[in-house]
Amino acid sequence: MSEGLTLEIVTPEKMAFTGTVEEVTIPGTEGEFGVLRGHEAFLTSVDIGELNFTKDGKKTYYAVNTGYAEVTSNKVTILIETAERSDSIDKDRARRAKENAEARLAQIAKDHVDYEKMRIALIRAITRLHVSEK
Amino acid sequence: MASLKDIKRKVGAVQKTKQITRAMNMVAASKFKAAQLRMENFRPYASKFMDVLNSLALRVESMSHPLLAVRDPKRIRVICMTSDRGLCGGFNTNLIKATERFLRDKSKEGKEASLINIGRKGRDFFRKKANVIGQRVDVLSKYDMTLAVSISNDVIVPFIKEEYDELYLIYNQFVNVSVQRPTVVRLFPLPSIGQDVDIDPEKNLDYVYEPSEEALLQKLLPMYVHVLVYRALLETSAGENGARMAAMDNATSNCEELIKSLTLKMNKARQAAITAELMDIVGGTEALSKG
Repeated sequence: MSEGLTLEIVTPEKMAFTGTVEEVTIPGTEGEFGVLRGHEAFLTSVDIGELNFTKDGKKTYYAVNTGYAEVTSNKVTILIETAERSDSIDKDRARRAKENAEARLAQIAKDHVDYEKMRIALIRAITRLHVSEK
Repeated sequence: MASLKDIKRKVGAVQKTKQITRAMNMVAASKFKAAQLRMENFRPYASKFMDVLNSLALRVESMSHPLLAVRDPKRIRVICMTSDRGLCGGFNTNLIKATERFLRDKSKEGKEASLINIGRKGRDFFRKKANVIGQRVDVLSKYDMTLAVSISNDVIVPFIKEEYDELYLIYNQFVNVSVQRPTVVRLFPLPSIGQDVDIDPEKNLDYVYEPSEEALLQKLLPMYVHVLVYRALLETSAGENGARMAAMDNATSNCEELIKSLTLKMNKARQAAITAELMDIVGGTEALSKG
């Protein structure tokens, strides 16, 4: 089974990636999981987090937003709302977003309407920062 | 008859206007191309998304989700999606008219309507005319999925809290460059999905679902709303630029016609002036020779 695994990362903006890879690691909502060729058919939702795949022995990292992943034995299709490759992330912007979110979270009460929104924004900023350092 | 100088000035002014309208036409054309490209790029995402949503909906026997809840529609909410800028023909006017008619019909039925404006043109028009509860302006020049997500979240939460019963989205459906059709779509409660679809049984693999089908569907439904809103945004932006292209093309050819007729007038005036001058000279010499 040397043909590898076909990976498609689809976002509303564009096809972020299509190609053959050896392995994919996906941040599912039920926990991170890895996919190799021959995986059983599988459908799950994807959370904000770090996605990576290995192609020709080299790892590529993406920061992704919510969506879902469809896995069949030789193909993985990931539909997500945003996907940013590690080298295309604007670190300063991510850092600013993180500081903003932290400052805002410190001000408002937990039951405030914006609290959940800001919490998600913070998680996203942290993920992007984290991924950008890979 | 206007003097030669006046007409000359007018021709100059029309020429300048023509330059502007032609430039705007070209800008709109390039923006239109970009918008069209985005629509094409969105297609694989949308179609794959619908495939999964439909196949999931078929598997789940009874769907229950707050976004599908049908209530007696007493309080409705309307999102009106116009452009931020004008000079695009009847693009916004038609949409605003359609929105007004829709609101009037609903209030005749005794329903309480509130309005959310996306885009400056709609906001300016409805500012004092309707019960406006939200607005977003200057967002269409640069937007992505996050805008659709945040618009959606602003309506999803109050719907789940039962602050209103029905949500409609009114936007210009993009038919082609010169045709945009104002369309009313009901967003909430979401129209039932998974009906009237034929799913290829070959493709219908036995998936392992994680979390369960129901839980997954709960997660996908809000995303479905994002997809619908994003599509409306894309169509609005493509339609706006298409409409502007057509409007500016018209304006440019009108300018050309105007220049033509003004030049004719100018030449006539010049000819008249020369004739008058000649008559003066001839008259003068005749008077001299007689004396």
